[in-house]
Amino acid sequence: MDNFSKLLTEIGETWAKNSTQYLVGARQTILLAVVATAIGCLIGFLCGVLQTIPVQKHDNVFKKVLLAVVRAVIRVYVEVFRGTPMILQAVFIYFGVPYFFGTDNVFQLLVDSVNGAFGRPVLTLIGFVSYFVVSVNTGAYMAETVRGGILSIDPGQTEGAKAIGMTHLQTMLHVILPQMFRNIIPQIGNNLIVNIKDTSVMFIIGYTELFAVHKGVVGSTYVYFPSAVIEMIMYLAMTVICSVILRLLERKLDGPENFDVTTADSLAHTSGMTTYVKKKEKEELR
Amino acid sequence: MSEPILVIRHLSKSFGKNQVLTDIDFEVDKGDVTCIIGASGSGKSTLLRCVNLLETPSGGEILYMSSDIRSLKGGAPAYRRKVGMVFQSFNLFYNMNVLKNCTVGPRKVLHVSKEEAEKTAMYYLEKVGMAAYVKARPRQLSGGQKQRVAIARALCMHPDILLFDEPTSALDPEMVGEVLSVMRSLAKDGMTMLVVTHEMAFAREVANKVVYMNKGVILEQGTPDQIFNHPQHQETKDFLARVR
Repeated sequence: MDNFSKLLTEIGETWAKNSTQYLVGARQTILLAVVATAIGCLIGFLCGVLQTIPVQKHDNVFKKVLLAVVRAVIRVYVEVFRGTPMILQAVFIYFGVPYFFGTDNVFQLLVDSVNGAFGRPVLTLIGFVSYFVVSVNTGAYMAETVRGGILSIDPGQTEGAKAIGMTHLQTMLHVILPQMFRNIIPQIGNNLIVNIKDTSVMFIIGYTELFAVHKGVVGSTYVYFPSAVIEMIMYLAMTVICSVILRLLERKLDGPENFDVTTADSLAHTSGMTTYVKKKEKEELR
Repeated sequence: MSEPILVIRHLSKSFGKNQVLTDIDFEVDKGDVTCIIGASGSGKSTLLRCVNLLETPSGGEILYMSSDIRSLKGGAPAYRRKVGMVFQSFNLFYNMNVLKNCTVGPRKVLHVSKEEAEKTAMYYLEKVGMAAYVKARPRQLSGGQKQRVAIARALCMHPDILLFDEPTSALDPEMVGEVLSVMRSLAKDGMTMLVVTHEMAFAREVANKVVYMNKGVILEQGTPDQIFNHPQHQETKDFLARVR
């Protein structure tokens, strides 16, 4: 019990001294995770849709070759980014790009132009590479999720859409993708929560998110545990809140459980007429 | 009577080495109610799916209003706007409510206004007795109700011809009646219909043309009286004896 009250005091002290840093760290973490998951989803949607374009026998050669190339590129992208650690990807890109293209590389120019557009420094190279790596990484996972999601939709839905004259694009936009999106929300939630936690590896290139704050705080005090407790609680709070929001979104997309019927279904009655009469006759016979 | 809506000539279809349809020939005139009957696996559904280009025919030709459907401007989607289809498994869009199911086609494909699409949808939903259920999602409906919405959805596109692929085969017996009564009233209104069905009573009563298929060929076709009361082939007689 003594240890427990001591811990509480220390947590209080640590928080009082460093609360701003923790909150800034949490904001950086959640920003990176949410934005990168969203961009990753877009990348995944695009890859998933491109991979599921049907090829027919009578299509022209150009379309066939183009689709084959696109599919090969997506496969390589997915395998490379799923198959290597994100922490290494960050190092690889952060140090690799200047190594080959010098300090005036594409990434730096992009960051400069964004800052120029805002008129103040809103983005650092470290920040940009972090967003880039987490997005592209999430995209690789989402590409497969989306592909699976599309394949899981009943082919009858596609046929129903085609039968009223929809093109492939219209079928995708209005019928398949909304249903697929509903079905993969749990998987998007998985990715978001993994990202909230795994963005901590971006400390390797110096991105200051929640875990990096912990390292900073304990670096001056050498008391590890109270700060770890604070971090645990903050991470858990962020992930739980995200789960709840996604659950609410799922429920909203499912629509209301009940619906209003203004009048009775007259046809269902007439169709049941034959059996209804028979029943009545039986009763009369008794 | 003007030109036939559909002319099917020497149509054949094979899946790999499996020849499913061989040398199919028939015509559909405006106002015809044609019922295609035959045993399971005789190629009835494949024929219907070929007519709607959900399957690509391996040979022969299909003429819609005297022009080959493969050479139509706008390709298969443009052709399918004119040819409605009702499926055995309904295929209502699960992400939309009943009203949206009926308006999405006219709005996105025919580009009519929201008000007009909803007016049309309500007219046809009223006709199939489902107007009260506009806010319901397909999951909340019974099979018979789903099928009636599916019919309304097809009608909203103002098709020249409606194809029915065993519309009552997936239904509980007590729901067959409500769907058939909708189809009966459509026929009465002069809708051109091509119906693959196992409902012999319906074919006998509503159709003006019956096509009997056996092993991928049309064995005989004629009026319901010719097919049901005076069948020429032994296979037809056997089939009718089995289903009676």
